Amino acid sequence: VVWSMLGNRQFCSYKMTTKTQNFCRNEYNLTGLCNRSSCPLANSQYATVREEKGRCYLYMKTIERAAFPRRLWERVLLSKNYEKALEEIDENLIYWPRFIRHKCKQRFTKITQYLIRIRKLTLKRQRKLVPLRRKIERRENRREEKALIAAQLDNAIEKELLERLKQDTYGDIYNFPIHAFDKALQQQDAESESESDAEREEDDDDDEDVEKREFVEAEDSELSDFEDMDKLETSSEEEQEEEEEVEKKASQSKSKGKTPLKGPARRKRPYIEIEYEEETEPSTKTKAA
Amino acid sequence: APPKAVPKTIENQRVYDETTVDPNDEEVAFDEATDEFAPYFNRQTVPKILITTSDRPRGRTVRFCEQLATVIPNSHVYYRRGLALKRIIPQCIARDFTDLIVINEDRKIPNGLVLSHLPDGPTAHFRMSSVRLRKEIKRKGKEPTEHVPEVILNNFTTRLGHSIGRMFAALFPHDPQFIGRQVATFHNQRDYIFFRFHRYIFKSEKKVGIQELGPRFTLKLRSLQKGTFDSKFGEYEWIHKRREMDTSRRKFHL
Repeated sequence: VVWSMLGNRQFCSYKMTTKTQNFCRNEYNLTGLCNRSSCPLANSQYATVREEKGRCYLYMKTIERAAFPRRLWERVLLSKNYEKALEEIDENLIYWPRFIRHKCKQRFTKITQYLIRIRKLTLKRQRKLVPLRRKIERRENRREEKALIAAQLDNAIEKELLERLKQDTYGDIYNFPIHAFDKALQQQDAESESESDAEREEDDDDDEDVEKREFVEAEDSELSDFEDMDKLETSSEEEQEEEEEVEKKASQSKSKGKTPLKGPARRKRPYIEIEYEEETEPSTKTKAA
Repeated sequence: APPKAVPKTIENQRVYDETTVDPNDEEVAFDEATDEFAPYFNRQTVPKILITTSDRPRGRTVRFCEQLATVIPNSHVYYRRGLALKRIIPQCIARDFTDLIVINEDRKIPNGLVLSHLPDGPTAHFRMSSVRLRKEIKRKGKEPTEHVPEVILNNFTTRLGHSIGRMFAALFPHDPQFIGRQVATFHNQRDYIFFRFHRYIFKSEKKVGIQELGPRFTLKLRSLQKGTFDSKFGEYEWIHKRREMDTSRRKFHL
């Protein structure tokens, strides 16, 4: 009667239909499908296995208690031991239809399997999802941008590097003869040859020469633009020449958009210095491209 | 005319932090001589770094790891493949690694960094943002070479900042090769640590040019733990608590 009313024809609130099947959402349902044989409402003698907090219980419903909804479902705790629990199910459902017994045992098996898996997974690493908070994210991004602007990184780095240069952390690698340089810069014409040459010779020792050579060679390995370097290295050891090379390299390797401006400007200085020297090879010209 | 007034900036108005390190502070110097980085600063250990990610890294993270490995000398990238951190840490210690970097990923971009100094050293957990790979940087130079870069640590003033700065310094070998002319910068500004990697060249006595190569990213410290990575039982030296620490706009902790 119940089945013909609810299950098949009219409305059952536990019934969910999909394209291929009908499901039953009733919590006491044994299989989960909406069938004549697995509807807990339509069958007056019914049993299910459910688990609560890791322990499995066998729920049974008999005709005698059909009038007392509160006492309708009888609950039996099943043992933790798998085989014993199966025996208990058998005992309790001893004269019950085969279908229900079989399905109960199947359901119990499935439940114990997933309980085992839960326990195993909790021992492994668990991924904790921490939700991002949108407002906070936005706030932090905005602050980061402002901090970036306030930081003025390039200037800070340049300052720090110059500080280190001043404090002589680089030793003798970089050789900027301060005073001679400035003088050479300022006085582009009238300075006597001998004076400038003498100063430069003082500044550049042999050691520094060697180191400068290393500097040059290392550059070779990094920056492959300079094929002419080989020629220049093997050429006569003119300290002035190497200085110019350093400057040239500086102008060419630094590519922050300042090179185009500095290129022609830079070219003037070496040119001028060439005039002062006696033995410079004109090969520096070919490098300027 | 009235003299030009000094504009108020957040750095000017910064709330004075009582843990600011005084360069002549003896206690701090003593602490630093005896803390976990002492062997590094005494040149007893050479840094060897393991870089890894969280599970299943996506392309961007993988490329970022590789670039990081080129920037930091003596570093190796290993894939995670679902290994538990607690298990790989003893293995790392056995193989003589000094530092471990784990880059956490979310939705295909790296967003977190865990840096832990291995033989029982502090672990710092950062939030990473604004990651730019090498090809996204404009006007960049060629690849970073194998030379050991110099390290610049800017603006790490407080005690906490000091220890974080030392952590970063411990990543790089002690003797930079000036031939390489590379410099890695960790600049702290308002609790954000900006990392940049440049190549510099001295054009003259007073002028230097820098060219950015290498990846860039920004970090924000979330927590600092005393021992190696342990989320449950670790002893936290410092955690960023939003409710307490983010109240004032002029108060910074690093």
